[in-house]
Amino acid sequence: MSEVIHADHHDDHAHGPAKGLLRWLYTTNHKDIGTLYLWFSFTMFLIGGVMALVIRTELFQPGLQFIEPEFFNQMTTNHGLIMVFGAIMPAFVGLANWLIPMQVGAPDMALPRMNNLSFWILPFAFSMMISTLFMEGGGPNFGWTFYAPLSTTYAPDSVTYFIFAVHLMGASSIMGSINIIATILNMRAPGMTLMKMPMFVWTWLITAYLLIAVMPVLAGAVTMMLFDIHFNTSFFNAAGGGDPVMFQHIFWFFGHPEVYIMILPAFGIVSHIIPTFARKQLFGYTSMVYAVASIAFLSFIVWAHHMFTVGMPLAGQLFFMYSTMLIAVPTGVKVFNWISTMWRGSMTFETPMLFAIAFVVLFTIGGLSGLMLAITPADYQYHDTYFVVAHFHYVLVPGALFSIIAAVYFWIPKWTGKMYDESLGKLHFWLSFIGVNVTFFPQHFSGLAGMPRRIPDYALQFADFNMISSIGAFIFGFSQVFFLYVLIKTIRSGAPAAGRSWEGAKGLEWTLPSPAPYHSFTYPPEVKNEEVHG
Amino acid sequence: MKKQILQTLAGALAFLASGVALADELNMRVGVTDISRQVYDLHMTIFYICVAIGVVVFGVLFWSVFRHRKSLGAVPATFHESTKMELAWTIVPTLILIVMAVPATKVLVAMYDTGGEDMNIEVRGYQWKWQYKYLDEDYNNSFSFFSNLATPKAQIVNRSAKTENYLLEVDEHLRIPINRKVRFLVTSEDVIHAWWVPDFGIKRDAVPGMLNELWAIVETPGIYRGQCTELCGKDHGFMPIVVEAMPEAEFDAWYATKVSSEVVRQESMTKTFTHDELMVQGEGIYGTYCSSCHMANGEGVPPVFPAIAGSAVAMGPRDDHLSLVINGVSGSAMQAFGKQLDPVQLASVVHYQRHAFGNDAGDISQPQDVINLSNGQ
Repeated sequence: MSEVIHADHHDDHAHGPAKGLLRWLYTTNHKDIGTLYLWFSFTMFLIGGVMALVIRTELFQPGLQFIEPEFFNQMTTNHGLIMVFGAIMPAFVGLANWLIPMQVGAPDMALPRMNNLSFWILPFAFSMMISTLFMEGGGPNFGWTFYAPLSTTYAPDSVTYFIFAVHLMGASSIMGSINIIATILNMRAPGMTLMKMPMFVWTWLITAYLLIAVMPVLAGAVTMMLFDIHFNTSFFNAAGGGDPVMFQHIFWFFGHPEVYIMILPAFGIVSHIIPTFARKQLFGYTSMVYAVASIAFLSFIVWAHHMFTVGMPLAGQLFFMYSTMLIAVPTGVKVFNWISTMWRGSMTFETPMLFAIAFVVLFTIGGLSGLMLAITPADYQYHDTYFVVAHFHYVLVPGALFSIIAAVYFWIPKWTGKMYDESLGKLHFWLSFIGVNVTFFPQHFSGLAGMPRRIPDYALQFADFNMISSIGAFIFGFSQVFFLYVLIKTIRSGAPAAGRSWEGAKGLEWTLPSPAPYHSFTYPPEVKNEEVHG
Repeated sequence: MKKQILQTLAGALAFLASGVALADELNMRVGVTDISRQVYDLHMTIFYICVAIGVVVFGVLFWSVFRHRKSLGAVPATFHESTKMELAWTIVPTLILIVMAVPATKVLVAMYDTGGEDMNIEVRGYQWKWQYKYLDEDYNNSFSFFSNLATPKAQIVNRSAKTENYLLEVDEHLRIPINRKVRFLVTSEDVIHAWWVPDFGIKRDAVPGMLNELWAIVETPGIYRGQCTELCGKDHGFMPIVVEAMPEAEFDAWYATKVSSEVVRQESMTKTFTHDELMVQGEGIYGTYCSSCHMANGEGVPPVFPAIAGSAVAMGPRDDHLSLVINGVSGSAMQAFGKQLDPVQLASVVHYQRHAFGNDAGDISQPQDVINLSNGQ
């Protein structure tokens, strides 16, 4: 296998990238496509962030000040969809593109042309989805979970564009996953056995299988919606013999694994950063791999904990409560292993490490509130309140997002050959850390006090916490614009970075010069024991 | 010395008191039912366990962060696995989870005991209001009413000061007796809503085509407020739930009046009203049911919510206008009000629409016209 690839690339391995803008349209190079994914997701992150700030501006005080409820609902919906499908997921795919070939010692992804296609679908999908906001009747306004019949019988006409956009995103994700699986299983350098693979590669391998398993389920759900809307079927229409609850079962059968799709690669990233800056080998590599696999398995049998209030039989409620609680065990193993890696290490606290430690702490807080939400009788009180909003933002913002930011700081010297400015990076960290906690911590309280989510206006007793939350959101929002500045400054005028940019960094990617050459590992590298984690 | 101690004690008490007052804003409510108290206790138990886990885990982490740093000359250890430790932190959390699951299961089983009720109330969600229907067979005459948001629009758009129960006030409370087991049958007319009264510790989705069961035995008389907790469209934030728990005798008296006024209402269906009577009634109904979409001035929000002022419907044949309001417009936000309003209300709101906002149809709509129209179909 490796010989075939080696022959294919023999002719052009000395070449650099093509000139001009069309390079980015035609490129099949994993580094170029990784860059495209990362900039695309950052753009989406800023757009979704602006929507979040519109929401927080309206919620700054009780009463309707700036926008109408109808538009508010479009903002919450599009904020969720863009952050999940446009920011977090493509960012992880971008990181996978950049890192997986370098980490397993492969010259490129296994299917480079499909790689190009799976990226270039995305700008069209999101342009279409965002364009619905300017259509007559407005864009999607039924929440990112788009429960029927609000998203079918009662939806704005633009819902059809939304359905098509979701199909495109799904196709892109499935192609990306096939590519990642094919690369990992076929293109590892000799000696890179499965149990020697870096954690980021492991977590992505498992994530890719989750994606292939559940994205078609989502496609099925939106196709049924399409039929209900345009072809008079009644999958989700009670009046025609359908069942709106079935929509939720199908959606969450996709949706819960989706949650782990957004966090497993983050586990991988953190498992690289903590050992590097603790200058100590990752604790319990084998149990880390098994923990990720167990979490992935459990993610398929817990979906109805999103639906405890929908009216299920007692036995169903108990099953989903117990299975959900069980997830705490492998997740706990991961947290304990990270802490043991730090224990008696020799730590320094560069920006990636700060984000990684914040990840461990704040993700654990999100995990503990998740455990509280698993307790069904108590969940009746938490369900669909700001407690849930606080919970999932704690796992997605200082969880998934912080890990992505940490990854950017950690690998940007490898990508660009330039080192970022450490004091600016630390400033960015502290602003983000303060912003995220000021925004989301008070939401635990407003949720417990009874504030429902997705409301444009609220009763007076929630006023204080909402005001604090809004202030935090603006701090957080502006600190991400600052992040953009730090990145541009690094790319333009960062100090030159060494091949092994961090003292404790291990892995094949660090054996390459910085910036990594346009074509790397055209000949399989030797996999030395000191470079692998196992 | 003694004085100082007293002062300190007083200060501590004041601090505690303010903490208790603040606790309402910070924590789940204890509530007024046995179930809600059990749920609260469960919540606090789990919360304290989580806090304890957090203290231990973060304690170890921060100890490490402060002690094992390179700047203090720490030399990295070389250990990278320990079967004993790994077994321990798999087994211990599992045991903690079992400790949590036992009381959780007990409370859940108690909540599912829906039998043996003293009375039944159907709770039906609409975009964007609740309908309550008293179903119990012991009372020979069942009746129903809608419970609409009563907060004036002026408060919502900041034209007047917000009052105490801003967004949590309705035009008619759901009334229930204390100390009796009331069973709520929750369903929906259109999209999914969720009915939640935090003080009763109960919440259930209102799903079209499904009947979900909930129950409560309220111990303390009072007014308890909640909100819809499932996104249900534009006015999801504006359909509160207000339940008034009354002493049994008071409730029975209220119930008797309600039943007799139901008889009067039935009789008014055959009455003939004057233009002025219809306009007065119609304006009130318009404000409650129509103005959130068609706006108080009848201008609507075209093209989503058409104007009524000067519209072809309001100036066209009366029966077409009536049947549009009765049957709604399928595939749009215009609901079939025939199910929500009685003939008197339908006649007066249509009459109002045809003679307000500069409209002047010059005809009259009577309850009998609505009944004829409904029967003719």
